[in-house]
Amino acid sequence: MSTPLNKLPIQAVINGEPKMFLAAPGQVLADVLRDELELIGTKIGCNTGDCGACSVLVNDRLVCSCLVLAAEVEGQSVQTIEGIADGAVLHPVQQKLLEHGGLQCGVCTPGVVVAAKALLDSNPNPTEEEARYWLAGNLCRCTGYDKIIHAVLDAAEAIREGAAS
Amino acid sequence: MAVQEFIAPRSLLEAQSVIANGGNAAWLAGGTDLLVGIRLGLRDPNRVIDLKHIPELMALEVGADQVLIGAAASAYDILHNSEIGSLCPGLADALDLIGSTQIQGRCSAGGNLCNASPAADSIPALIANGAVCRILGSSGERLLPVEDFLVGPGKNALEEDELLVQLVLPKPMLGTSDAYLRLTPRTEMDIAVAGTGVSITLDTTGVCTAARVAIGAVAPTALLIEAAGQALVGSKLEDDAIDRAVTAVRAAASPISDKRGSAQYRTHVVGVLVKRAIQRAQARINAGAKA
Repeated sequence: MSTPLNKLPIQAVINGEPKMFLAAPGQVLADVLRDELELIGTKIGCNTGDCGACSVLVNDRLVCSCLVLAAEVEGQSVQTIEGIADGAVLHPVQQKLLEHGGLQCGVCTPGVVVAAKALLDSNPNPTEEEARYWLAGNLCRCTGYDKIIHAVLDAAEAIREGAAS
Repeated sequence: MAVQEFIAPRSLLEAQSVIANGGNAAWLAGGTDLLVGIRLGLRDPNRVIDLKHIPELMALEVGADQVLIGAAASAYDILHNSEIGSLCPGLADALDLIGSTQIQGRCSAGGNLCNASPAADSIPALIANGAVCRILGSSGERLLPVEDFLVGPGKNALEEDELLVQLVLPKPMLGTSDAYLRLTPRTEMDIAVAGTGVSITLDTTGVCTAARVAIGAVAPTALLIEAAGQALVGSKLEDDAIDRAVTAVRAAASPISDKRGSAQYRTHVVGVLVKRAIQRAQARINAGAKA
């Protein structure tokens, strides 16, 4: 892979903080997050948009960061797995994945967390079917998905109860 | 990737001046095909031109007699436009079957069309809805029906200096609805073995006054099957009329045999799907009439 000299300066809000970084015109967001911004929580699995490991939110929209050019996020807001927890307090999706054992090797987990958070932000009370379809683009070769889905539905309930109390 | 330049024009005028500069350029809408193609070495553009800052390319408008869909508007944006969803539920179903939540956040109807996969989900639904491509080139604008835009697998009718700006659909009139159905071995994240888009218009007595039937994944391109639509017009969608439409569709299908299914299987299945899609569109019209 060649490294063009004509890198572009990009300004974007990454996990709530304004950042400026350089990106080659053909460089994808996943590579910039990991290699330039040292946000290595975002994993690269297939690099073709099939596995969902590189899931991030761009302007609150769930996308695969391997299928977004870094130059496209100029002026936009990007949320990665590093921006999901509130300091030391885990997001309910993260907490419930731990409690349910919804992860083994952990490569898919950052993408699952980001995708599940996006689901619960838009639909606080998903059915199991809705959760399974929403997360169909997040492949996991370890868990068989059952524990992930139970964790996500449990997290939804925890968030609803938290909002009600 | 050897992309040397990234350009994000803010208007059609700017996009035209970029076209005029020539070079090995690629239009970028959602990138879900382009960036995969670059990574796999199938595409090697020097310049990538992001179309998502051009208002016309992102427009979603329901007018008095037209529905405009900007070529770069994402499936997510279209699916969250309730007006388009209720006017063209079959088109919405088709877009909702493309890829994952992540892919739908980016992929566009225009991109799905330009990519010209024989199995693209949104294309039969667009053809059924009578969608016309609004194309801008250095010598001006031209209009081309979607079924004529498709040239072969992965090949569309755009000249090098042309850009697909919008898809223009006649606004479905009262008594009109559509449906898209496909068969895949898996329920999600799969590519159609066969697919069909159907649009039906019924008068108040239930007689079909207009019908368009399109099929996908059973020929080098998605196809409009005029004979199938004609078989339905004048009927009340009784079994024999539907059977004639199914026969016309099967006669026009020329699928390949591959790991997804044999030619014989696909030819059979596309007929079954057409029958069900006609009945689904009919049920939608009847449900709308009661509402």
